[in-house]
Amino acid sequence: MSETTAPTTSGTAAGVAPPRSAVVLGLLGLTVLVLPLLGLTVRTPWGRFGALVTDPVVLQALRLSVVSSLAALAVSVVLGVPLALVFARYDFPGKPFVRALAVLPMVLPPVVGGVGLLAAFGRRGLVGRPLAEATGITLPFTPVAVVIAATFVAMPFLIVTVESGLRMVDRRLEDAAATLGADRWTILRRVVLPALWPSLAAGMALCWARALGEFGATITFAGNMPGRTQTMPLAVYLELERNPEAAYLISFILLAVSVAVLVALRDRFLHTT
Amino acid sequence: MSRAVPPTARGLTPLDPRRGGVRTDGRVRGWLAGIAVAVAVAACGSAEVEGDGEAAGEVSGELIVFATASLTDAFDGLSEAFVDANPDVEVVFNHAGSQTLASQINEGAPADVFASANLAQMEVVAGAGNLAGEAEVFTANLLEIAVEPGNPLGIGGLEDLADPDLVLVLPAEEVPAGQYAREALEAAGVGVTPASLERDVRAALSKVELGEADASIVYASDIVASDGRADGVAIPAEHNVVASYPIAVLGDAPNPAAGEAFVAFVLSGTGQDILAAHGFATP
Amino acid sequence: MSASAPAPSTSTSTAVGLRAEVALRLGTLDLAVAFDAAPGEVVAILGPNGAGKTTLLRALAGLLPIERGQVSLGTQLLESPAHGVRVSPQQRSVGVVFQHHLLFPNLTAIENVAFGLRSRGVGRQEARTRARAWLERVELDDHANARPGALSGGQAQRVALARALAPDPALLLLDEPLAALDVDTRRSVRQQLRRHLDAFAGPVLLITHEPLEAITLADRLVILEGGRIVQDDPPDVVARRPRSTWAARLVGLNHYRGRADGHTLTLATGATLTVADPAAQPGEVLVAIHPRAVALHARPPDGSPRNTWQGTVDALDIHADQVRVHLDGPIPIVAQITGAALADLDIAEGSPLWVAVKATEIDHWPA
Repeated sequence: MSETTAPTTSGTAAGVAPPRSAVVLGLLGLTVLVLPLLGLTVRTPWGRFGALVTDPVVLQALRLSVVSSLAALAVSVVLGVPLALVFARYDFPGKPFVRALAVLPMVLPPVVGGVGLLAAFGRRGLVGRPLAEATGITLPFTPVAVVIAATFVAMPFLIVTVESGLRMVDRRLEDAAATLGADRWTILRRVVLPALWPSLAAGMALCWARALGEFGATITFAGNMPGRTQTMPLAVYLELERNPEAAYLISFILLAVSVAVLVALRDRFLHTT
Repeated sequence: MSRAVPPTARGLTPLDPRRGGVRTDGRVRGWLAGIAVAVAVAACGSAEVEGDGEAAGEVSGELIVFATASLTDAFDGLSEAFVDANPDVEVVFNHAGSQTLASQINEGAPADVFASANLAQMEVVAGAGNLAGEAEVFTANLLEIAVEPGNPLGIGGLEDLADPDLVLVLPAEEVPAGQYAREALEAAGVGVTPASLERDVRAALSKVELGEADASIVYASDIVASDGRADGVAIPAEHNVVASYPIAVLGDAPNPAAGEAFVAFVLSGTGQDILAAHGFATP
Repeated sequence: MSASAPAPSTSTSTAVGLRAEVALRLGTLDLAVAFDAAPGEVVAILGPNGAGKTTLLRALAGLLPIERGQVSLGTQLLESPAHGVRVSPQQRSVGVVFQHHLLFPNLTAIENVAFGLRSRGVGRQEARTRARAWLERVELDDHANARPGALSGGQAQRVALARALAPDPALLLLDEPLAALDVDTRRSVRQQLRRHLDAFAGPVLLITHEPLEAITLADRLVILEGGRIVQDDPPDVVARRPRSTWAARLVGLNHYRGRADGHTLTLATGATLTVADPAAQPGEVLVAIHPRAVALHARPPDGSPRNTWQGTVDALDIHADQVRVHLDGPIPIVAQITGAALADLDIAEGSPLWVAVKATEIDHWPA
């Protein structure tokens, strides 16, 4: 046995710890991330929780947020899963560019997204103007606009998660199903979707959480009207002055939902090894 | 909304008496007096103030000004002139809604000068003991109805805003412009159904500029700043609300000397001319 | 186009043969093969990695379009680019067993077996009944409700076989069905597979790189190298007279190419061998020498063998009590000796040795 192949006592991967300075810096990083959450928790007026949570402004915002984010999730699933299928299963010229466009809202400042939505669906927009002229329907300042804005920013999260999930589905299973006589729809329904389910669930959770937290595109495109377009994040922003306790409470609710989603996803999203 | 803000800046008792009673902090009363003096001085067009402005020139360093969003363009012009006179000063602006700025200051944001769009938010900062001296009203802003260029719907006054088919956006009542707009509508006896309550007056105006809204109520200075993308329809004086803009050097100012110089410059003849050019009124 | 779904119920519908002429390019592979398989015949496709075995199987299953050629099952034309005919995989009556069972992980064993029946329009209840019957035939009816994750590798592969056979295909394709299994499992699954292949009425194509698997399961071996068929013979012929070095190594023979003239063979390296039976006429020949026929000596041998030369030991492979000695020299050769003989010779890598091969042990046949 030569020296190079002889086992060394310090070489086992599990036994080597990172340098202490890395641990210190890592803890500092964690502090930066966690301290605001801690501050929010401390500031939340727990004593008045009952009174605040039944405040009409809070209730309206809560209801609108839940309904509109679920609607955005539904639209994202109906449109985003097929798009992910196209991205994962078809090759066409310019696909990298089209893919980049489709996930652009993930990195775009949401306010820019809102301006873009106005340019597309506003009264003077590309689609909005013909729509208004033909039907008299205008989208801005309506709950529909809230859903569109939330879909715009949240659907990419679903698309990328489902697409990467589709890439992990064994194509040979689809071949096996084809040789057994299954048509494309049966293959999708009985082979692809069951294998995809964990990714789809993760994508849906991320999509929903993002839709729930949407602010910039919403306030730009849908405006702010309590009961109609004022979602929880908008209420936080505008209530902070008039009723800071309510703002803290809503913030905490949003925080709790986000933490719940991420904890639920820990196996797929946080535990990436 | 019966916040203890006067319908016009001519009223000089902006504070809720109960709060004033609870707060025994001498600064609050000092600030109250300051407002009174400043308004009186400004109304007389004091030569002394102008002299202060001219005398500047030896201050230096970074000057951080927290100024309400509606002052964005006017203060850009002002700072240019100020830096011309004080080349060693670098002016840094933080523009946002007055209430946002006030909470930022009270949360400890470093700033030398605070210019608010209303007395109430200056009161918030004063109430927390964060002013160095006294706030002074340095300018005023009148409301106008913002309409699309050429006024295609022929909006003639506040009463036309009651049309339910009209897409009206207003600044949210949490921001001063929104508060004033409501007072003006109330004074005119007009009930409206706004489509949206925008987070600040510029956001409300932009909805008109983009053609998404038919009308809004904004400051006259905003119409000037919109540079033709929106037209203004005047609101008669009996319904109009004059927004008084107070300015003050802050207690924790990193650069108080520059702050004082800047405030003096704003109050000087040059400063007032620049403000007037941006659609602001004499206080 | 006669692409109608096969009638799934009649299990012994008249079996038909496969005629395949397949040409296609895929990456660096240039596949061009033609062969037949009779009803009930098991044809093993052997070849090194990259020879095109799996590509051929995918093409026959319809998963990969062919560029030229024609594939037909009996009178049914499955694919013919010249005639614009291409029956989809769904419409082909072809059962496939894949290397890694490829059972649907979300379905139970019985649902997997019933999948093909359901897809081909068999009612839920009947599909279940027939699937259960198939599970009994592979002796897994007590695992009917287990998901693939809960099955062992051998069990999963048996379920995969039942799944492929359940819709009563006209052609059965198996892609290295035993490759993913451990040695012990492989033996038992091979025995079961043998029974099912014997019972299957249609032609069977079995892809493998295991000579033992091929010889025990197949009636015919097709050796595929570089996209071409180099040999298509019964197992015993391949074992005795392989037509390629790869096939020779597969069956464990020393293999050479050369020219025969009377009793003298001149190899490509220039070395000569003397053979007992003369060539009928001079020409290119293939030459095989069994490793057991190669004698090794520490000193120059005296006596009858006319073919002797000196070589050096390149490597030693030890299998149980047998040792294969790889020798370099004018004719590189492998000798198979016993452990006792190895001890007598007292050799290691690099040792010089004398090699002797009797003229009667050298087989040669026209190339």
